[in-house]
Amino acid sequence: MTKIKGKVWKYGDDINTDVIFPGKYTYTVTDFNEMAKHALEDLDPNFSKEVKRGDVIVAGYNFGCGSSREQAASCLVSAGVGAVIAKSFSRIFFRNAINWGLPVITNSQIQDLVKKGDEIEVDLEEGKIYLKGKEFTFPPLRDEVKEILDAGGLINYLKKKLKEGK
Amino acid sequence: MGKTFAEKILAKKSGKSEVRVGEIVTVEPDFVMSHDNSAAISKIFESIGVKKVVCPQKIVIILDHCAPPANEKYANNHKTIREFVKKNGIKNFYEINTGICHQVLPEKGFAYPGALILGSDSHTTTYGAFGAFSTGIGRSEAAAIWATGKLWLRVPETFKFEISGKFQEGITSKDLILKIIGDIGADGAIYKAVEFTGETVENMSLSERMVFSNMAVEMGAKIGYMKPDEKVFKFLENRCVNKDYEVVFSDEDAEYEKIFKIDVSDLTPKVAAPHTVDNVKDVSEVKGTKINQALLGTCTNGRIEDLRLAAKILKGKRISKDVRLLVFPASMEIYKKAMKEGLFEIFLDSGAIIMNPNCGPCLGAHEGVLGDGEVCISTANRNFKGRMGNKNSFIYLGSPATVVASAIKGEITDPREFF
Ligand code: SF4
Repeated sequence: MTKIKGKVWKYGDDINTDVIFPGKYTYTVTDFNEMAKHALEDLDPNFSKEVKRGDVIVAGYNFGCGSSREQAASCLVSAGVGAVIAKSFSRIFFRNAINWGLPVITNSQIQDLVKKGDEIEVDLEEGKIYLKGKEFTFPPLRDEVKEILDAGGLINYLKKKLKEGK
Repeated sequence: MGKTFAEKILAKKSGKSEVRVGEIVTVEPDFVMSHDNSAAISKIFESIGVKKVVCPQKIVIILDHCAPPANEKYANNHKTIREFVKKNGIKNFYEINTGICHQVLPEKGFAYPGALILGSDSHTTTYGAFGAFSTGIGRSEAAAIWATGKLWLRVPETFKFEISGKFQEGITSKDLILKIIGDIGADGAIYKAVEFTGETVENMSLSERMVFSNMAVEMGAKIGYMKPDEKVFKFLENRCVNKDYEVVFSDEDAEYEKIFKIDVSDLTPKVAAPHTVDNVKDVSEVKGTKINQALLGTCTNGRIEDLRLAAKILKGKRISKDVRLLVFPASMEIYKKAMKEGLFEIFLDSGAIIMNPNCGPCLGAHEGVLGDGEVCISTANRNFKGRMGNKNSFIYLGSPATVVASAIKGEITDPREFF
């Protein structure tokens, strides 16, 4: 999946893992579909009701800061989010996203231009974002990391490797 | 050009003679830590299709996040973990009567200089205080290590903090780390290895140092390393699981991306105000804010030195009748020590409640969840909205001294009033 197309959900800086997926659910809500319903619950109660497959989250600095909880990435995947574009990502969230096959793109040029609901398109292969007739670039991911993303996450990647006998 | 601690250790653990910043390396960690999330990890692990974990001796599991369990879901979660541990012959397993993971790993001798520890918990950075390279990973990554013994890591740039001066009475390392996070921001050190050096750090107890490494992740850091010294070696003497550990230091001429210099001589008490850790204020700015609950404990400040400091302030005093003060020693070892030293009597006489060692309400799972509109002052490391189980509540973070001083007065208070 190299092209992602959808609508923008716009948020600010320091969106932390507790508002993406509340800690109180980490041991009690484990069903993938159920998790999607709680995505961003404490930040934007409308999100999980209205998000469509392929939508893109655009945020500021330090997206996903806080806990190591992987559900912060996987609940977005299960909600259908196609990619997250942020000025910067917290380290563990970045890893978790890759490991769940969720493209995470670092870009600081588009935040002031977009608003909620805008159409956006991302081409992962080309490293390009298309928005309002304009084109923005982002640095492509490193090969080692891209391989995991392409396989659909770390676990799928490992399964593939095991099958190949590596 | 010399090498930083991070560069040296990642080269060593990936079997290379040298690595460069930005490079992706595959490492074999010495230990992989997980807690109540081990049940979820075991499910991911089983989905990979490997029958048994490849490295049972490297796996450390502690039940601490909701211990004893609050309801049947948590209970079944623990049950799944116990069964998995048995089936896979995992020896380093610690039951609900041991303590919080980040206290238990050092106590049981896993956190030693030069160790590479990955944990599926963000505060795994804590072991940097012992000269280890330790950082948080996700659940899938923990499962991947269980299945293969390996994981990819990026070689980070390094920031150095040179800290000098002596703390005034009533000021602790918590006030300092809060100040630093407030100054550089929650994203000030994303992806960076952070080293804390200088005379102030050298003079700190291990407990005080652990506060730094623990909270390094709150400014985004990958690790929070301190040069191990006699205090560390002595602590490990009868505990360390690896008697032949090799200490790794940064070279004198290592290249740092940034160097920060800080003098603590006139540092004043700090708190992080709701709802972010970098929303740091001087206690004087929020003094008088009414509180409903005070929490002394967690992997940040639930150690014996913290309890002693709190007891010193509480001795012979009562907490406000409008406040609940919950005390969670970070481990059973600390619990027993505190009991023997007579600290429990001081706590109980003051009106506090002593809980069993575990994470408690730190992550909002049980034991002290807040009501709507309530305010808590806590020694923990995070005050995000909803963190303590209720998004309509407010959390301030402060030192053990600030927390108990505030519990006595029923409002946020400068602890220096009690010295
Ligand atoms: S005490 Fe709090 S921060 Fe520490 S491990 Fe437990 S939940 Fe995490």
